[in-house]
Amino acid sequence: MTQHINPNRPSLNLKDYERVGGYQAVHKAIQSMSPEEITSLVQKSELKGRGGAGFSTGMKWSFVPMNGAAQTKYLVANADEMEPGTFKDRLLLEGNPHQLIEGMIVSAYAIQANISYIFLRWAYKKAARLIRHAIDEAYAAGYLGKNILGSGFHLEMHLHTGIGRYMCGEETALLNALEGKRATPRTKPPFPQISGLFGKPTIVNNVETLCNIPHIVNKGADWFKNLSVGADAGTKLYGVSGQVNKPGLWELPMGISMRELIEEHAGGMKKGFKFRGALPGGASTDFLVEEHLDVKMDYQSVAAAGSRLGTGTMIILDDHTCPVGFVHNLEHFFAQESCGWCTPCREGLPWTEKILLSIENGKGRTEDLELLEMHTKYLGPGNTFCALAPGAMEPLQSGLKYFRADFEKHINEKKCPWR
Amino acid sequence: MLSAEEISKIDQEIALVPVRKAACIEALKIVQDHRGWISDESLQAIAKHMEMSVEELDSVATFYNLIFRKPVGRNIILLCDSISCYVMGYEKIYEHLKARLNIKFGETTPDARFTLLPNPCLGICDHAPALMVNHDLYKDLTQDKLDEILKDYK
Repeated sequence: MTQHINPNRPSLNLKDYERVGGYQAVHKAIQSMSPEEITSLVQKSELKGRGGAGFSTGMKWSFVPMNGAAQTKYLVANADEMEPGTFKDRLLLEGNPHQLIEGMIVSAYAIQANISYIFLRWAYKKAARLIRHAIDEAYAAGYLGKNILGSGFHLEMHLHTGIGRYMCGEETALLNALEGKRATPRTKPPFPQISGLFGKPTIVNNVETLCNIPHIVNKGADWFKNLSVGADAGTKLYGVSGQVNKPGLWELPMGISMRELIEEHAGGMKKGFKFRGALPGGASTDFLVEEHLDVKMDYQSVAAAGSRLGTGTMIILDDHTCPVGFVHNLEHFFAQESCGWCTPCREGLPWTEKILLSIENGKGRTEDLELLEMHTKYLGPGNTFCALAPGAMEPLQSGLKYFRADFEKHINEKKCPWR
Repeated sequence: MLSAEEISKIDQEIALVPVRKAACIEALKIVQDHRGWISDESLQAIAKHMEMSVEELDSVATFYNLIFRKPVGRNIILLCDSISCYVMGYEKIYEHLKARLNIKFGETTPDARFTLLPNPCLGICDHAPALMVNHDLYKDLTQDKLDEILKDYK
């Protein structure tokens, strides 16, 4: 995916992208494959959604109704990257917008969608400019619009820029935002594959997921699976932020170890800073600590270690940073971004945030730790409308487990030892 | 009252969606681009044009972080206060901004030059701490850099 991305020069225009093999997957898919063949190929490749949930992409597509009379269907690229600590889709969007458009054309063809949207985060101004230009070029070249490559398949593509709300990343909330409503989640079922945008069958896929599609179509499912050194297929964009020597983002084989990522690619911890733990894939994932450094960064291995691969962009907690302050910062974000739709999330997250702040300020009581633990259960999976609050509880529950002594120290000494 | 230019831009957006109301967020953005913020009067005018109740449109306008229902300054500083910027010391940048501009989060300078707002993760975590001024992104911030950056916004 990152082969033709060089942050030091402008992204490829359509002609240059074609010169390095771009849009070959559109030719191949539309001219020599049936929609069902593409879905089945993607299923065989074992590509999992790169937005965080890790659900099989091919299986998701297979739920879209394909028989009966022609009807309006939608494909939406989720480019609302807003998970704190996550900066991977920005690279793909700014670095090679044509690759995303190509992936979307092939994906739309597979589910026979005729209208597509890129739901882009407002803050990505440069990406918006580049995508607009790339969409215009793709229309002019006949890759978008009516009768693409003479096949009778047509596809419109629109760019929609958001106006800020973490909830828009949740796929049904994103659809409400596209319909001009408050971005609250919808009841499932019906799933968007059956009844999504404006009540029509809709697929929402993450940018990184869609950028993998042209390569799978060109090189096959086995090639894709063999790229991995772990339990899941393909490559992954991995990022590291925090007090390391070289924070950054790299496309690497799926399943490299946390240690390799931190020590080799991110250049190790900065001088004077010690590793204490990390959120492996954004703000809503459980802490992993030193004993987990050899865990492979794939969906199955990270889950077995008690966390989630999430977005694959790791945030490091060092010994100069207070774990209570760290977790408070996360819960402040989640409390602020809760859409208010369901009670446990709307009421529970601000309560959690207040308890954490009072502990951080030296006003915590011993029983507060039990209260926090209660919240991790009451706001956990199955008790809320969507995954926001359960995600918010992941760093809290594992923070309480691995850094309990630090929480207790705040309460006993009536102050933050880091301030 | 909406201007002819605002109406023409909003109608272009309405033409792209199957339900008129679906373009209401675009309408809010367009009017905010022209006027800086969404006053009660603007809200009423947009609601009428979108064939929505004022209450329904306000429920949308107040849901999203970047539709301003209060007046803002000429330049808007959005300082990232999320986790990577926390680890990398955004609080020092905030202290510096507070001292320089004499305002806190949510406030506007008396000369209306700057409004200062906290903002969730800007997606540039490998170059934390970061902020945006209007449409421009600044990364790897230090206090010295900040003084240079602010000079350019009048």
